[in-house]
Amino acid sequence: MSKLIYSQFDMEVQPPYLAPEYKSTILRSPSKPLIITKKTLSELSGPIFKDFELGNLDHDLTKNAIKDGEPIGERIVVNGKVTNELGQPLPHTLLEIWQANSAGRYVHKVDQHDAPLDPNFLGAGRCMTDANGNYKFYTIKPGAYPWGNHSNAWRPNHIHFSLFGGDISNRLITQMYFPNDPLLEFDPIYNAIPKRGRELLISSFDLSVTEPEYALGYRFDIVLRGHNATPFENK
Amino acid sequence: MTTKNKISPQTPSQTVGPYFAYGLTPEQYGYNFKSWVDNKMVDPSKNPNAINIFGKVYDGEGNTINDAMIELWQNDGEKKLFGRYGTGTDEDNQFSFSTIKPKSVDGQAPYINVILYMRGQLLHSYTRIYFSDEQELNQTDSVLNSIPNERRDTIIAKKTNIGYEFNIYMQDANETVFFKI
Repeated sequence: MSKLIYSQFDMEVQPPYLAPEYKSTILRSPSKPLIITKKTLSELSGPIFKDFELGNLDHDLTKNAIKDGEPIGERIVVNGKVTNELGQPLPHTLLEIWQANSAGRYVHKVDQHDAPLDPNFLGAGRCMTDANGNYKFYTIKPGAYPWGNHSNAWRPNHIHFSLFGGDISNRLITQMYFPNDPLLEFDPIYNAIPKRGRELLISSFDLSVTEPEYALGYRFDIVLRGHNATPFENK
Repeated sequence: MTTKNKISPQTPSQTVGPYFAYGLTPEQYGYNFKSWVDNKMVDPSKNPNAINIFGKVYDGEGNTINDAMIELWQNDGEKKLFGRYGTGTDEDNQFSFSTIKPKSVDGQAPYINVILYMRGQLLHSYTRIYFSDEQELNQTDSVLNSIPNERRDTIIAKKTNIGYEFNIYMQDANETVFFKI
């Protein structure tokens, strides 16, 4: 197991820094080789979330920004399990999520897409895994939107996820996509991932999570690198 | 026992994108959502040892990046501090943190871990901040000494009269040393 503590990003499934089809990587990817360093106390630990108090509505993006009505769009429940590479569940892992609204517009001040903002939807929230590594949150299915990468470029529907496992080496920011999205094959951000990694980012429709008369369910399991359920603070 | 288990493939990383602000740094950018962490790792008005670390992130053409996000993590065994800040709310695209200098652990030079994200990075980058006024420890530090001489200064923050300046260069001659951890 100690070997797994030192596991690296698996470049057979992880994207490279430089992926020229996604143009912004050209000037923003390191050009010199990374330097390998032995992990010390600071790398073998990370912020702890047990004490962090989530707001009552942090896990419910359909309610956490309501001003005068329900957010527009298709309500969904997203659930899944966060594990390490050995399949061991990671409890008390914080997931931060953000996304566009159902029309494909981000609340972000510099998003110029000419699609309506939803006064009752912010598109940001967070949740934490339980003792068994499971998480669940409610939201509105995000819309696709155009971006300036190339002519007629559209991002597939996606939700951004940010996670911390037990230490900073398994820090992950990723995107969850939806099954059968016709835009995936044209998306350079998705396609920057080697082929065998791509399907890992597509959620599956999950009838067992779907709530009758309320919301469709999707499942998205997440695997963090390294083996590190708890920080190694005593070393 | 568990070593015989099948290894599950890692979930691939994706860019933080340009619109991370209201999800990860909402209060900094003025969104009505509580931040769980910001750039005040210590309160400078209450902590006599507080230091200010500031800098910019430059792309391969020397332009400052306004949609980068920096996370600092330090653990010296006594103090564990975490901070997060985006470069998009300062007119010079600068980041800044209030923290304290970590103490030296096992003879290493004091340092802070940096995790860097931005639009255009599919995978985040790791680097470290060392301090220019720790010359003695810096000279004997095994990590600093594993770095080619001419690149060592890229991860040593310079002490100025307003704090420690730490600029990050993504590419080329001044390219910051990034680590594989």
